[in-house]
Formats: sequence, C-alpha cells, structure tokens
Amino acid sequence: MNDAVMPRRPDEHGVPDPFPYMHPTLRENYGNWSYHERPRPGVLHHVAHSGDEIWTVRAGTQRQMDVGTIRKLCELADEFADGFMRFTTRSNAEFMVTSLDKTGPLIEKLNEAGFPVGGTGNSLSMISHTQGWLHCDIPGTDASGVVKSLMDELHHEFTHEEMPNRVRMTTSCCQINCGGQGDIAINVQYTKPPKINHDLVANVCERPAVVARCPVAAIRPAMVNGKPSLEVDEKKCICCGACYPPCPPMQINGDDSTKLAIWVGGKHSNARSKPTFHKLVAANLPNNPPRWPEVAAIVKRILYAYKEDGQAWERLGEWIERIGWARFFELTDLAFTKHQIDDWRGARNSLNASAHLHF
Amino acid sequence: MTKKSHDTPLLDELKSGPWPSFVEGLERLAQDEEKPGSDMMKDLLGQLEHSYETRRGYWKGGTVSVFGYGGGVIPRFSEVAKDYPESSEFHTLRVQPPAGMHYSTKLLRDMCDIWEKHGSGLIALHGQSGDIMFQGCTTDNVQPAFDDLNKIGLDMGGAGPALRTSMSCVGHARCEQSCYDEVRAHREIINGLLDEMHRPALPYKFKFKFSGCPNDCVNAIHRADMAVIGTWRDDMQVDQEAVKEHVTKVGRKQMIDTVVAMCPTRALSLNDDDTLEVDNRSCVRCMHCINVMPKALSPGKDRGVTILMGGKRSLKIGDQMGTVIHPFLKLESDEDYEKLSEFAEECIDFFAENALEHERIGETIDRIGLANFLKALDVPVDPNMVNHPRTSSYVRTDDWDIEAAKWFEHKKAAAK
Repeated sequence: MNDAVMPRRPDEHGVPDPFPYMHPTLRENYGNWSYHERPRPGVLHHVAHSGDEIWTVRAGTQRQMDVGTIRKLCELADEFADGFMRFTTRSNAEFMVTSLDKTGPLIEKLNEAGFPVGGTGNSLSMISHTQGWLHCDIPGTDASGVVKSLMDELHHEFTHEEMPNRVRMTTSCCQINCGGQGDIAINVQYTKPPKINHDLVANVCERPAVVARCPVAAIRPAMVNGKPSLEVDEKKCICCGACYPPCPPMQINGDDSTKLAIWVGGKHSNARSKPTFHKLVAANLPNNPPRWPEVAAIVKRILYAYKEDGQAWERLGEWIERIGWARFFELTDLAFTKHQIDDWRGARNSLNASAHLHF
Repeated sequence: MTKKSHDTPLLDELKSGPWPSFVEGLERLAQDEEKPGSDMMKDLLGQLEHSYETRRGYWKGGTVSVFGYGGGVIPRFSEVAKDYPESSEFHTLRVQPPAGMHYSTKLLRDMCDIWEKHGSGLIALHGQSGDIMFQGCTTDNVQPAFDDLNKIGLDMGGAGPALRTSMSCVGHARCEQSCYDEVRAHREIINGLLDEMHRPALPYKFKFKFSGCPNDCVNAIHRADMAVIGTWRDDMQVDQEAVKEHVTKVGRKQMIDTVVAMCPTRALSLNDDDTLEVDNRSCVRCMHCINVMPKALSPGKDRGVTILMGGKRSLKIGDQMGTVIHPFLKLESDEDYEKLSEFAEECIDFFAENALEHERIGETIDRIGLANFLKALDVPVDPNMVNHPRTSSYVRTDDWDIEAAKWFEHKKAAAK
C-alpha cells in the first residue's frame, strides 16, 4: 500500500472535554451553584454562590434534525445565548441567557421558528424515542412518527406545568425497548411467532447462537426441505422477537402480528419511592401510521385521568399505588386480563400476598 | 437531470401540527439540489413512505468500519434498493458528544458542514445511549466523513459487544444538587477504557451512566451496567429562614402534605415555629424534599457516589434494575477519582473474563450470586445492598463465625 492511499489513523480523543463548548457563566460557576427556581414554564433560573445568574430556555425539537434546523438553533444561540447551547437527554434544546430580559424575545423567536418552549417542572417532557423504520434493522413500527403525532396532541402539556409531577413518556419499536422505562411507555408487542424463511436460514444465521438466544428454549435445529434450518415450538413461543436480530429469516414483523402495547408507572428517579418498571395496561392496539390514533386515544385517557386525580408530587405510578389498580382500570376504562398477571421469573413478587385490597 | 421526488401522502400528514416535524426536515434535505445528499434523501423518503404503507422496516445490517476502529458505524443496506437506489446504503456514525452535551455554535455548524458534504445532512441529537447520530452515509463516504469529524476533535462512539458511549447529566455545570464532578468521572472512566469501545471484544455491551444526584436524570440505575449516582453522607443542609419563607408562601397544609408527609422514611417534621426538623440518620437521600424546596434544602457537604450495577432491559432473563455495589465512595481528591476509575476497570476485566457470550453483567451477577461477585472484586458486604436479609432457609452457615468476624473487623476499620 503506498502512502497516497494509506487511510488516516484516528486520533483517539475519546469523550470531548466540554469546557470549551460550555456557556461561560456555566464554566465559571462549575460546581458552585446555590439554588434554582422556575419563573415560567420552559424557563429555569439558576443562581450561583458567586451571585451570577443564568436563565435557561428549554425548547422541544424533533430529535432527527436536518442541518437547516440545527443552523436555525445556532442562529438563536448566537443572537441570545453567546454562541452556546446544550441538549437534554430527551432531545430538548437549551439556551442559557444572562438576563431575564432576553428570555421573552428568545421565546418569541423560538415559537416563530416552530419550536415549542416548555418541558420543565411538572410538565410532559419530550417523548424519548428510538429509530424505527427510518434506520433500525428490526423495527416493528416507526418512532419519529409516533412521537410527532403524540406531541402534536399533547403540545399543551409540554408548554404548561399542570401535571401532578413530571411525566416521562417513551416509545420503542420492538420488545428490546431501547426507549426505556416511562410513566407511560408505548411499545411494540408482537402477537405471533416468527415466520421462518427456511431457504435462507442456513446461509444467514449462526444456528446455535439463535437457539441460545431464545428466553424460553422454544427454538431447535431442524432439517426442512432437505436444508439445515430452525423450527419454533409455537406453543412455547412468547413472541418476543429475540431470535430476529441474529436471524432475519425468522421474520417477527407482520401486519397480523405487530401490535402496540401501553405500559404505565415506570420511574427512574429515587424521589420518594424507589425506581420502578412500567406495567402492562393495554395491548393489541393497531400499528396504524401515520398518526396511530388508537394509541393516542388511550394515552390521553391515562394522562388526563392522572392529571385530574393525582395529588401534588405524585408520579403516575405513585398515583396508581395510592388509588389501587382496580380504580385505575375503572378511571381509564381499560381491561384487566389474565395477560397482566406476570408468569416470568420472580412473578410471585408481583402477586398480592396480603389482605390489603382496594374496592 | 433533477431526480424526481416520490409521492409521500402518508408522511405528508406528519407535516401539520404544532410539534416540529421531522418530515419537513427530511424534505428540506431532499429539495436542496445543490447538496450531494439530495438524491439520497429523496429515495430515503420514498422508502420510509413504503414502510408507512406496508408497515414493515426494510434495512439490514452488514459490516462497515473506519480504519483503526472495529465499531461505531451502524451499517444499513436497503432491502428495497431496486426501487430506492440512491439510499441503498444509509449508514449511521455514532459519535461521542462533549460530556453533558454542551456545544458551541461553531462546533454544531462544523458538524453540519461535514455531514452535508459527506452524508445526508440528517443528525439525531441524541441517541438513547447519548451518541450524536450522523444518519445517512454511503459506504465510500464513511471514512472521509469520520476523518473530518475526528479532525475537529470528535471521536467514534460504541456499538456491538463493546464499551458503549456514556452519558452524564448537566450536573456541576448548572445544577445545585450535583454531588460530584460528573464531567471528570465520565471522561476519566471512558477515556481510560477506549480500547474496549473502539475494538469490540467484550462478551456483550457495557454501559456507564453518570447522574449527579439520586434524581438520576440520565436514568442510570435501570439503563446502565454501572450507574454512578451522586450522594452525601452527612446531614442535609437546611436554610431555616428559607424554610419559613416557603411555609409562609404555600401555607402549613401544603407544606405538610407535599413535604413532610411524602418523606418515604418519616424523617421530617415541621416545628411549631415553621422550621424543619430533619432526622438525618433515617433520611435515605431520595431528593424529594430538596426538589420541592431547592432554595431551602441542599445535599450535605460530605459528598461522593453510590455505585449500582446490573441495570438492563428484558433480553434475555427479564428487566433488571442495577443494585447497590458500593453504598458510598468518597469522590473529592485526585486519589478518589483514580480509585473510581480503577474499580471501573476491574469490573470490565471481570466482565470480559467471566460473562458468557451475549450476557450482560447483571445477568452474570444473577447467575453466580451477588456474594460471589463481591468476593471477586474484593468489595465487603453491606446491608445497604439488600432490601432485607434472606428469608429462605436454604443456606449453609458453617463458616458463619468467620464471616461475622470479618463484618466486625470491617466495621472497626471503617470507624477509624
């Protein structure tokens, strides 16, 4: 290989040092903040021990951004925020400005440019989402479209702080659940075992690895039409889709099998109660692009029941813990079925071993 | 000749409504004929519309990487390239953002310029692990795109069975509740283990996440193999004058209902003179009262971190939260930070040597038992690691006295 075509060796920078990219007031008061307050939804006011103050304006974005959108955010950061900005873990853009006077005009310009301001305090923040049909190799549905549809409908809850506590929603396009836990989670739930293209298995899949991947040992090697392939014990199969990533000929997605489910009561924070997983409350909803109306209707029912009935500072799961699951299903008009009784490892821990009952 | 756009009636419905529309962004890129990514985005929109019509995804993986690294590129080849040839290759580069996701507009604009030159012009800020995702690149352009990004100081993130890109909260940069220097811990640990990120050779993925306090804004306990959560050991700080102001402002009923009564360990009491009494030995550092009254209450001054390990989502044995491995590690001096990095390295070594293929560390711990994991890492047992002692009587206790002696020795050493 001559020098001209020798590829460049990477500089292993690792995680970049954020200080050159940090707003000067944040840099100067690093580790030295005193308190904060929220003058209005979408605005945080932090005060440092030095007496320095900073106002943060938080705006929702579409996460998958074209360069034009990012450059628009940059223009606003240059005009109002000294050429710096940051993003939250939920893809909200944050502009740090050095006086309260700048927040009004910045909010106005953000709104003009189509970015809603909010997501602070006891509001619904941006729904965390995954890749979906846009880029994933195993998606059951889209992510950006589901999120866009829901955030359109729940816009008011992003721009106002009217919830009992913060609400964190997530979406996931398969049962791997890259979107994580949520107060309300909208996840793909497959309802049929994989359909196997036996002609391709031998060439595409490492069969022992696929057998090992199954959580319920439902997959075994088999000869089909004279070719080495795999077969699924469909009575055992829990339709999780775990075999699909290592073996794409085991197609789990399909019109008849890719449904959506809604889970509630997940929580990452340690505030008051320990972190919790979300729980299944509705399933078998149609995967109905471009706006998934059946999903949106149930999400709204749950969210508004919580808004109405939750006490100050109760997270959605804590609200249900207080009123009980019986009342939750009554208030949301959702069904409680045998499928909501856990039967996986540790399932007994989720059963009620007491005479504590809600009527 | 200008390439014709596909009709996208379903996607078009996602252009209306008050939330920013990703479809409008994709269209802007497709319509910018001057840019090399324009045709790619036209076919990308066509394929996405086809997914919306047929309710199926059409990407498959493959192998694409950059010189010197084994991971970080997510290859995507279209299964319907015949109809959408220009987006037949639509790879993603996962790139690590500055810790805490701070940007100058110069850095963002440089990123845009590079991605417009070599890729589609579509950037996701950020992926669920915390990567900048540069989405939409041909196989041939992956190397030049990465070279340009690398030249402005950015580096590839993790993918596959490897150390993954990490995330830390805003923390010290803007939050009064932050209990340690998240940027320092994040960068020292990850940058000390880069080989595990760039040359994937672990049994499966391994994620670190850093939250400055138990509010855990980066969701570390459930979503990280090792969660580093800020906390404190001494008494929480109370500004009694600010407490009184709060009571005056909201009233005694609201103060009692939303602060005193919601304390999970009944460690708070409102005195008759509207000051707050705190039973600090009963406090579990949950953050609730501090969240409600950020001006009056703050974490204590003897700060450090709690380490939890084993968080993961369902595959294969079911969901797991991380559980406590180190209840408290002081994190202040250079030596403290070095010790934390050393512990992280020991955990990665243990994982590399002992986990089965495709097994997360939480599953390994589950398989061998927490006590064995602690022994291997030379971490003493602690009641903070369990909700309660065992209730099952199936246990052999013939070396109880030896273990009990260890406990009392450890207590004695800790008291010094």
